[in-house]
Amino acid sequence: MTEIIIAGIGQTDVGEHWGRSLRDLAVEAILQALDDAGGLRPQMLVVGNMLAPLLSNQSHLGALLADYAGLNGIEAYTVEAADASGAAALRQAWIAVRSGFVDAALAVGVEKATDRIGADLELALATLTDSDYELEQGLTPAAQAALLARRYLHDFQLPRESLGVFPQLAHAHAVDNPHAMFRRAISAELYARAATTQAPLNVFDGAPFADGAAAVLLTRADLLPANFPHPRVAIRGSATVTDALALHDRPDPLDFRAARLSAQKALTQAGYNHIEEMDFFEYSDTYSIYAALSLEAVGAAPRGGAPQRASTGAFNRDGRLPCATLGGLKARGHAGGATGLYQAVEAALQLRGQAGPAQLASARRGLIQSLGGPASVAITHLLERLT
Amino acid sequence: MEVPRHWRLKKQRYALVGEVCPHCEAKIFPPRDVCPECGGEAKTTFQFSGRGEVYSFTTIYNPPRGFEENVPYTVALVKLDEGPIVTAQLTDVDAEQVEIGMPVEMVTRRLRQDGDERGVIIYGYKFRPRSLAS
Repeated sequence: MTEIIIAGIGQTDVGEHWGRSLRDLAVEAILQALDDAGGLRPQMLVVGNMLAPLLSNQSHLGALLADYAGLNGIEAYTVEAADASGAAALRQAWIAVRSGFVDAALAVGVEKATDRIGADLELALATLTDSDYELEQGLTPAAQAALLARRYLHDFQLPRESLGVFPQLAHAHAVDNPHAMFRRAISAELYARAATTQAPLNVFDGAPFADGAAAVLLTRADLLPANFPHPRVAIRGSATVTDALALHDRPDPLDFRAARLSAQKALTQAGYNHIEEMDFFEYSDTYSIYAALSLEAVGAAPRGGAPQRASTGAFNRDGRLPCATLGGLKARGHAGGATGLYQAVEAALQLRGQAGPAQLASARRGLIQSLGGPASVAITHLLERLT
Repeated sequence: MEVPRHWRLKKQRYALVGEVCPHCEAKIFPPRDVCPECGGEAKTTFQFSGRGEVYSFTTIYNPPRGFEENVPYTVALVKLDEGPIVTAQLTDVDAEQVEIGMPVEMVTRRLRQDGDERGVIIYGYKFRPRSLAS
């Protein structure tokens, strides 16, 4: 098997970067990744971005970012898959290198969320729903999550506070991530007191949509320089599965089918059968309910049982299946089309043993899963350290 | 303004016109010409009864641009008697009185105004509690 190696990684801090532009952020992440890879040069740049045309009046990011990063001339364009755009860029780069058509490919995810605020931002985000049949009824992504959460709490007879374990876990883990947006732990009491934003969800249930960029450089193992300075981390599984875009077009909206099937495919490709064989799982806690539904979809908890299992500590960094090990979307911050690449960068840090105080005791292989909307698409990658 | 986009959806917005699959009898809304159940071609129009029940609901205070004057408004997933689920606003009911399983029926109401004062007023389906029906 040709091993595809994560040769370089880069990430900006996630946050409200009022003084910085989309191109500044992307170029910072790209240059870090090139530097980290020790001189490898890509022939291809794949950009993951969700909303730049609507938020920043900027399309055609491929030419823009290749030029500004000093890579003028290389093949470059954007892929879009809502919140999973960064993971889609990673997969396209992986396909390019795996196929042999490209020796080294760079995937960069970038989102400049704060160029719009208020109702304009809500409208841009709502274009990720089915415009004719969801947005035209006034639906938003936060409302989609609330619809799922209300039905979930109803069907499994769970108290509203049961979803609080996921943001608590994320905040506790982000304390040790210098790039995270929120680096303070939150207590169960603070969560229970928080203002309701989109009932039944409160302000802690949704990940903050923020600015950021992350980049990963991929190449084949045989093309790595002789003095490559890092442990070799390979992408050994990669799978994209779509579901109906609109929640109402699914037979069982509480079944994140795309999350289930893409995880199964990625595990199978790498020769594994079950999520429990992984040392960690970076899920998409875009909303607390999505963390629960993702864990249940991939088989890490029975249906309706994810909050209870999380409350036992199973998904903490010292638990059976650590999740959101550097804060997840909730506390590291959700930088839209960059998020899938933040997951890849963080997984690479864990597998290289470079995660600092957040380092897992045992990290040989892990699954990262990026969701677009309410799992209208799920893109899963399996990363493993080579010995 | 997006007049053509709203005009071409008028049968769905005003009358809840969907499709029925001639192969497997599945009822389809919104219409899509390909049956999501069996994959066969499904172009036979079907008039939904407009009756259903609330699958889930939430009240929106942070709206997208264009919906500011509606705030607060309650959006539901409504499971139609014929099977499909639709996303729709609820009307003629206090948000506090809505509950999962509540029987509802379709009515035609103003959704919003498109653009400035010269923009078209967009009408479409909403759902109200069925107990209000005469």
